Amino acid sequence: CSCVSLIGDRSRSEFSTADSDGASKAPVLPRFHNLQELRHSASLANKVFIQRDYTDGTVCKFQTKFPSELESRIERTLFEDTVKTLNNYYAEAEKIGGQSYLEGCLACLTIYLIFLCIETRYEKVLKKISRYIQEQNEKVYAPRGLLITDPIERGMRVIEISVYEDRGSSGSSSGSSTTSSSGR
Amino acid sequence: MKSELTLLTDPVFLVLLRMIHLLELQSVVLCAGPEAVNVTCEETYPHSSMDWFNQCSRMEKAQSFIVNILPDCFIVGCPYLAVHLSPAIPVFAVLLFVFVMAMLLRTSFSDPGVLPRALPEEANFIEMEIEAANGNVLAGQRPPPRIKNVQINNQIVKLKYCYTCKIFRPPRASHCSICDNCVDRFDHHCPWVGNCVGKRNYRYFYLFTLSLSLLTIYIFAFDIVHVALRSVDSGFVNTIKETPGTVLEVLVCFFTLWSVVGLTGFHTYLISLNQTTNEDIKGSWSGKNRVQNPYSHKNIIENCCEVLCGPTYPSVLDRRGVMLEDSTSPTPSDASAASTHKSSNPVSQTTKSSAPLIPNEHTPDEAKPSIGAGTQKSTSSPKEEKPPSPTSPNAVAPAVIKESAH
Repeated sequence: CSCVSLIGDRSRSEFSTADSDGASKAPVLPRFHNLQELRHSASLANKVFIQRDYTDGTVCKFQTKFPSELESRIERTLFEDTVKTLNNYYAEAEKIGGQSYLEGCLACLTIYLIFLCIETRYEKVLKKISRYIQEQNEKVYAPRGLLITDPIERGMRVIEISVYEDRGSSGSSSGSSTTSSSGR
Repeated sequence: MKSELTLLTDPVFLVLLRMIHLLELQSVVLCAGPEAVNVTCEETYPHSSMDWFNQCSRMEKAQSFIVNILPDCFIVGCPYLAVHLSPAIPVFAVLLFVFVMAMLLRTSFSDPGVLPRALPEEANFIEMEIEAANGNVLAGQRPPPRIKNVQINNQIVKLKYCYTCKIFRPPRASHCSICDNCVDRFDHHCPWVGNCVGKRNYRYFYLFTLSLSLLTIYIFAFDIVHVALRSVDSGFVNTIKETPGTVLEVLVCFFTLWSVVGLTGFHTYLISLNQTTNEDIKGSWSGKNRVQNPYSHKNIIENCCEVLCGPTYPSVLDRRGVMLEDSTSPTPSDASAASTHKSSNPVSQTTKSSAPLIPNEHTPDEAKPSIGAGTQKSTSSPKEEKPPSPTSPNAVAPAVIKESAH
């Protein structure tokens, strides 16, 4: 449990000695108010990868198991909510039903030129997902020093969660050492 | 009409040349699946999988047949049939031909469902998990094979680790040695279209073979009608003298029919069972040891609907990305899946693309220089971040990294 010294120009960062859920470990937690602050004044410490869950077949679904590296950073329920909502979005995109048949048949009849004009349902849902992730990052994850990367940017294989440490902080979280990347 | 005949009635020599070419192509059509491909032709230098020029030359095979032979025999008979029977006959043939070409181009130039290679952080994360699962391997002992077992629909499916792409392949994915990429729902690498056939372009491939069969049957039928009608008028021998091209092309169509219709029939069978060519060749679900296909809905119509009328999956390939040789940070990529990918300059072969990601393509006919994920060389670069401490691996109940004694 080390002290953290505030660097003058980052006066907006707050450092609390306790987690919001009352856990008594890792007393030093960088708190950032927004995404810009996170990117400007924090350094990447670690990345956690949430893998795909293939128990339902080849549909896009991610494991809701809470990774231990995030135990001190975020509440389990918040994390699980995020992953479950994402899973629901992907299930909606990949649903095989009336709309997908219609889209498929119409597209086939027009030699797939119809996709020049309209967006496929999957693309619409992907936009929704990216908006949702942006919103979650702003409201839930950035204040805790985390950042979720949209799975589409990782080949729909993993949800990458970047764990940030305040730059210059000598605190540690979950046993990973802080390594500072090149300064800005 | 005379000018058309002289222009389009090929000398016998040219037609024979084309027949030889066609027979050569037919032998290639029936060879499907990665096992049939020379796996040792892995190049020592990293190559871009879907290079524009290679694409063109491979597709030329299919195109040369469709564009040269089929319409020729029909164009000769068009005016006669249009006058004597109905003008709708050549019109429908043209429409069908346009459909075939569109499907061919779409299959050939669309991303089959390539899985991008893992970025260094992800690769390291997976390595840590594997090492944690394997425990201590004594020096001199071979480490156990990297396999994950997953239960899907009460069936244990093995997920293999791909050493090239540094990922555990999703179920039904396979690594294509020609394209040097892992492809989702890998069916086969088709030399006719010069591209892999996978999750994203299987339905276009199927529609291509189906429409080509219909076109071949249609042309075959109406060529016979043409010859028959002319024979009624002027006798069979005279007909052969007047239109030798048509008669020869009837023979060509006859031989083509068997291979193309056969291929269509085979794929119809696979679709009804929700299997891929790769699985069929390997005998994954052949019923030995009571192994059943966990992906099949046990209902032919549902299987067909899923394969042919399923959602249009987005492409996750970044075709224009430049891979930084010694960088461990992800290259900036345009993650907007909705924007149309338009490109006019083919990127040179020395530019290797990084792992992710990109805009979904919309247009079937737009030629895209497609550079697939090249070989990543940055795995040996120094690690910037300490990898997560090895905790218990993905210990979700069904998915365990199983150690099997070699």
